[in-house]
Amino acid sequence: MQTIEILNLDTNTSEQQALKPLEQARRQLEICNACRYCETYCSVFPAVHRERSFSDENLKQLANLCHNCRGCYYACQYTAPHEFDLNLPQALAKVRQESWQDNAYPAAFAKAFHKSGAAIGAAVIVGFAALLWLIQLMGTHSTTDSQANFYDLLSHNLMVALFMPAFLLPLVSIAFSVRRFWQDIDAEPLRLIHIKGAFASAAKMKNLAAGHGEGCNYEDEDRFSQARRYFHQATMYGFLLCFAATSTATLMHYLLAMAAPYDLTSLPKILGIIGGISLSIGTAGLAYLKLEADKSLGDTQVWGGEMAFVLLLFFVSTSGLALYWFGQSPWLGELLALHLGCVLAFFLLMPYSKMTHGFYRLAALIKEEQNKV
Amino acid sequence: MKKINNIYDTLVIGGGNAALCAAITAAEAGLKVLILEGAPKPYRGGNSRHTRNFRCMHPAPKAVLTDSYTEEEYFDDLLKVTKGKTDEKLAKLVIKNTHECYDWMQNHGVRFQPSLSGTLSLSRTNAFFMGGGKSLVNAYYRQLEKLDVDVLYEAQVTHLDLQGNHIKSVTFHYQDEVRKLSSKTVIVASGGFQADIDWLARAWGPAAKNFLIRGTPYNKGVVLANLLKQGATSVGDPTQCHAVAIDGRSPKYDGGIVTRLDCVPFSVVVNQNSQRFYDEGEDVWPKRYAIWGRLVADQPDQVAYAIIDAKSLDLFMPSVFPPIKADSLEELALKMGLEPNALTQTIHGFNASCRTGKFHPTELDGLATQGLTPAKTNWARPIDTPPFYGYSLRTGVTFTYLGLKVDDKAQVQGKDGPIINLWAAGETMAGSILGQGYLAGFGMAIGTVFGRIAGQEVAKYANH
Repeated sequence: MQTIEILNLDTNTSEQQALKPLEQARRQLEICNACRYCETYCSVFPAVHRERSFSDENLKQLANLCHNCRGCYYACQYTAPHEFDLNLPQALAKVRQESWQDNAYPAAFAKAFHKSGAAIGAAVIVGFAALLWLIQLMGTHSTTDSQANFYDLLSHNLMVALFMPAFLLPLVSIAFSVRRFWQDIDAEPLRLIHIKGAFASAAKMKNLAAGHGEGCNYEDEDRFSQARRYFHQATMYGFLLCFAATSTATLMHYLLAMAAPYDLTSLPKILGIIGGISLSIGTAGLAYLKLEADKSLGDTQVWGGEMAFVLLLFFVSTSGLALYWFGQSPWLGELLALHLGCVLAFFLLMPYSKMTHGFYRLAALIKEEQNKV
Repeated sequence: MKKINNIYDTLVIGGGNAALCAAITAAEAGLKVLILEGAPKPYRGGNSRHTRNFRCMHPAPKAVLTDSYTEEEYFDDLLKVTKGKTDEKLAKLVIKNTHECYDWMQNHGVRFQPSLSGTLSLSRTNAFFMGGGKSLVNAYYRQLEKLDVDVLYEAQVTHLDLQGNHIKSVTFHYQDEVRKLSSKTVIVASGGFQADIDWLARAWGPAAKNFLIRGTPYNKGVVLANLLKQGATSVGDPTQCHAVAIDGRSPKYDGGIVTRLDCVPFSVVVNQNSQRFYDEGEDVWPKRYAIWGRLVADQPDQVAYAIIDAKSLDLFMPSVFPPIKADSLEELALKMGLEPNALTQTIHGFNASCRTGKFHPTELDGLATQGLTPAKTNWARPIDTPPFYGYSLRTGVTFTYLGLKVDDKAQVQGKDGPIINLWAAGETMAGSILGQGYLAGFGMAIGTVFGRIAGQEVAKYANH
């Protein structure tokens, strides 16, 4: 009886695997450029097909265009055990990660927090402890006083003095980093039409929808699903609504001399509650999907940092909601410290965590709009 | 481990497009189906993994397909490539059915996209799969899950027990054991024999040992050989395979689409003795790559070298590996393992025979050499602008023509009429229709149409 030997095509050399992220991405994209089957999955491939060879700058731009939807991986006839060993989602994730870390100020912080979930956790604990200490120190009421308003625990001025720089300084750091990236990828001066195109793409998360609009391949191998796209949208819009709530409250406080607390029908409350719920659902969903998905299609080194960042956002929103619902309880002081501690950690970590991805993605999308013929 | 019992109405041998279309159709008709796929899961799908489109008849613009493509034109195109070596009845059956297949495919999870960049010439006739053939295969396996079809991977069928005009059982290797199953019906959709290089060498000659196999390493034609040995009627030239000239650095198996190399029309092509052997500019590349597969097969060691200069580098689709690059012809020759003096002499001779005139890369420009044998009749520009680039070329086998003869019900024909419970679909019976040459997206058309017919027929037989 004739038997068929099973061919072992797994000839990946350690040499191939030892390539640096940029070299690995270049090797893989050159194969992609000769194939082109994935042309309509996302923005990366049309951008790849415009090039003949890939400079480091090209690669960084392409890596930030990639939204890790993984459609190309599951459709690829050259993934392992094939000797070409393509894993483009991972290769681009590594280049992307490198571009965020190398451009960050200071880069050492980025290297620590991107990789380590524990470091992010520690930052939250420090934030919580600092706030608790501040409240104990500065509060005009005992934290167990059921009539307390949180400005009694921590005055508005003190909050502003703390959170204004904690928010703005990281933003300045991000601005410097993204500017460096922007120069790196050789982008042209900003034009409204390109910004519009990029925002339209981000608003709908077009690049997580695939060409057919049925979503990405994430939590269940090659099955197309909108779950990640929708949870990401809930996260992004939830975050923006929370941000809008805080901004409106700030304006009301200074321009209209209307101090918190605001009642349920006020704009800050409506925006904040809807945003908070949306952010909590979105981040909980993303964390769940992340557990289900194949880790090896991303940069495995930063899985922990990414997960911790998603959970941090979840705690920011959920503790905010808890503060609203249980604001009259004896736990107000602790809740406030927890919420503000999370917010403080989140703000300070912005330049050194997954939060930067939004800024880089937008830059890459704008550049792609500029490149389109 | 899954229990393997004699509970199946039909056994489908193979796991590519035709097998999947047959299995889906049979399961939708209520049959209990088992797929025996010889490859492990990452390589499931046979050569369908490497395909990218489906040639589709359409009387009017249809989704991603522009304009119209009539039955007559489709059949004419087939006649041109096969030079008449086709079964008109079966060919027209396929062509007519492609139209409704489009919707069927879409309803079963296949997603189409407009023709890819670099393939504009196919935008009217061929519907491209979004993500390529593997995504089509994935979509069909997802359908099978919903339909409760069982799939065994690395289940390699070795024998079909043909008694009279009836298949009694199917023997296969699975998890280090030999197993035997009986079922009412059997569908063979396990491709050709192109991955069995010894068989290729017996059929073609010893040169075949140096051929590269573009597709799956699992199409070894075991079932085909087994059935032919037991008297199943064959079709197609047993000595022939479809082969094209591809990048010589490609993997021995499974290199697929990316190994194609479109530089020949802009090159000087020499063999390992640095001698030219054929008109590189005879016609546009899509009409010549198959001829070059044979031309390269006839050269010493079945290898050739295409040389271009900086002027031509961007005129064709990028290659899978970067070309070999050098600042002088001598250096290039050394890097490619050619004799520097011989190569320079050939190139200088070629350059001297080039004349001035208008060069036009996308059409036959008539820019021919003068007084050179063999001539280059189009796109003949001197190779004189460094850096110089070189690619090696080898013969890449796409598929074989030998197959099982079937009727219009996909039923396999034995010595004395049809084998009553055996059907075939896909590459393993395509030789009836595609007796010679190749038409882009037609293999998938045959597989889909005959896969569905086989599925319908087994259902009729099993349910009656």
